[in-house]
Amino acid sequence: MSGTFVGMPAFPRAAHEAVNNQTLRGNLRHATHTIRAKRANAVAEVSDWAELREAGKRIKDHTLRHLDRYLVQLEESVVAAGGTVHWAADADEANEIVTQLVKMTGESEVVKVKSMATQEIGLNEALEAAGIRAYETDLAELIVQLGKDRPSHILVPAIHRNRGEIRDIFEREMGEWGRPAPEGLTDTPAELAEAARLHLREKFLRAKVGVSGANFMVADTGTLVVVESEGNGRMCLTLPETLISVVGIEKIVPTWQDLEVFLQTLPRSSTAERMNPYTSTWTGTTDEDGPQNFHLVLLDNGRSDTLADEVGRQALRCIRCSACLNVCPVYERAGGHAYGSVYPGPIGAILSPQLRGTASEIDASLPYASSLCGACYEVCPVAIDIPEVLVHLRERVVQGGPVVREGNKVVLKPAKGHAAERAAMRAARWAFAHPGVLRTGQRAASRTRRLHPRTLPGPGKAWSGTRDLPAVPAEPFRDWWQRTNGGTSETGGSK
Amino acid sequence: MSSRERILGRVRRALADVPGEDAPIERAYLREHGDRSVEETVELLAENLADYRAIVHRCTTADLPATLAGMLAARGTKTVLVPPGLEPSWLAEAEAGQVPDRVESTPDELDRVDSVVTACAVAIAETGTIVLDGSPDQGRRRITLVPDHHICVVRVPDQVVSSVPQALERLDPVRPLTWISGPSATSDIELDRVEGVHGPRTLEVVLVADQASAEVNS
Ligand code: SF4
Repeated sequence: MSGTFVGMPAFPRAAHEAVNNQTLRGNLRHATHTIRAKRANAVAEVSDWAELREAGKRIKDHTLRHLDRYLVQLEESVVAAGGTVHWAADADEANEIVTQLVKMTGESEVVKVKSMATQEIGLNEALEAAGIRAYETDLAELIVQLGKDRPSHILVPAIHRNRGEIRDIFEREMGEWGRPAPEGLTDTPAELAEAARLHLREKFLRAKVGVSGANFMVADTGTLVVVESEGNGRMCLTLPETLISVVGIEKIVPTWQDLEVFLQTLPRSSTAERMNPYTSTWTGTTDEDGPQNFHLVLLDNGRSDTLADEVGRQALRCIRCSACLNVCPVYERAGGHAYGSVYPGPIGAILSPQLRGTASEIDASLPYASSLCGACYEVCPVAIDIPEVLVHLRERVVQGGPVVREGNKVVLKPAKGHAAERAAMRAARWAFAHPGVLRTGQRAASRTRRLHPRTLPGPGKAWSGTRDLPAVPAEPFRDWWQRTNGGTSETGGSK
Repeated sequence: MSSRERILGRVRRALADVPGEDAPIERAYLREHGDRSVEETVELLAENLADYRAIVHRCTTADLPATLAGMLAARGTKTVLVPPGLEPSWLAEAEAGQVPDRVESTPDELDRVDSVVTACAVAIAETGTIVLDGSPDQGRRRITLVPDHHICVVRVPDQVVSSVPQALERLDPVRPLTWISGPSATSDIELDRVEGVHGPRTLEVVLVADQASAEVNS
């Protein structure tokens, strides 16, 4: 996907490093727990949450099922409203289209609204290579950009940075990019925000070209929707003369009315607010209000391949609320960077390997970046069964099989290094099917537990090298259950 | 083959396994949450606006010019942006210099204006949201964005709805819409909420009722 993440170590190694980073773990824990608790309250306020979730799921499924039709309808509506529509099959093509569009304006800088699609395709780097500077204008993205860093959370991309670090980054880097940080900048959030306001305002006021993504595109009206908090989105969407929006083809909803579902579920799931501070909608161009040139770049980049997967296609329902990140015990400890993608957390673990394929080490490891606890499914406002897709993708990594890549059916070989796991899975299946053997094996393991190594020898090494083996309990569960009458008496037993 | 054809072709092939019939989209969710009187809905709007750190005022139509003049004076506003269709009497008593919203005005000029006063298209009680649709009494999108202080006048109860579904019914998708719930805010630095990184740092909402209903209220 993005050049930014080339060379990322596979998830287990990256996660190992992240887990040892105390600051990161502390920040993440604070963030995920805070947002999680607030979100639960925001959801509890609406008594029809289950119905909204079901409707959201159905609207998205219906849209995906007729995606070809809705894409064509959307194109017609946008063109009728005064916009221009471009189609990009992959990242390179999308970058090329945007670069050419910017060049045609004669400008050499653009202001950007935070957008995962443009991060996915590495747009900033592509523009840079063409001599065009892209300024991120979301506060967190600014922190990430100035810090020459990568985002670590969908919603709060700079959550891995403390206020002191942010102050230092501003002081050191702002001057390089435009208006320097004010003298004597302290690390209070209000002062830091003020420094960002001044720095960015200078850019907004002179910008001629804005680049954005979109949260939704409405097929029947040609309307695009951007949901945000800070107002940097409004700046980029309304002040420049030219607006270029790069949007994944799955972001369509069929009708204006459908927004009534997502404008209720997205803010509550995402920032845990009844409504986010700003939502902008625009339909093509409007005389004398906002950009007079509007370009929509419809991005495939692996989405149609994902659509071809019967189990995995549900990932395309995602509205990027990030609720699944905040409940995920693995994400909470591993952090966003370990996922090696702009899409971290549970959704990243199923989306990235589908968009990019499972050929690389990191992508093959992502379906394992989960404890399969199911919390992500519970919380998802469009009811994506993330655990189901994870298991499906694990199977694909381990066993290979037919998939669609760039529109063509190909048969994947089993991923390297997973042969031992296949053997282990088969052994486990056999043992579970033969309870007597399992019991004997467990008792033997318990008796010898002090002798157990923390990694497995021989062919098991590759498997256990990326896992901390659980310590073997002193007594097998079934023995304990029998001895204590299912836990009712600790000493007495039915032996 | 163009990319358009390529993408549409891939999408169609990807969907080849999907059965033709379609589960209907059930809309079993509510049109509004709770059972409220008109007054209670307005009350909820005021509460939720305040909860999102907008400053809420109430007055009658007759008192509106004095209320607005007082608000602008209290803030020390010297210049106020005025959309072309704003009811002229609203600012009749204001002492601040009025700057008309013009096509030619540059963002820099807007940046030098202290305040802006607009009407709104609809307000949503359950979420504490005001929606502007670019009508003449609300002006271009940028005038409520660049100045640091926005005063929005909501006619109650006519312009107030309970819920998001009810608001969408009233709005015209062809118009550029701005939904505003409280002032600009960020929680990007250690999740501490800070008002106004980019948009107006102060949002004041005036709920204005005509004489009769105001009396009923009090
Ligand atoms: S998968 Fe669901 S919970 Fe996770 S970001 Fe997407 S919509 Fe939100």
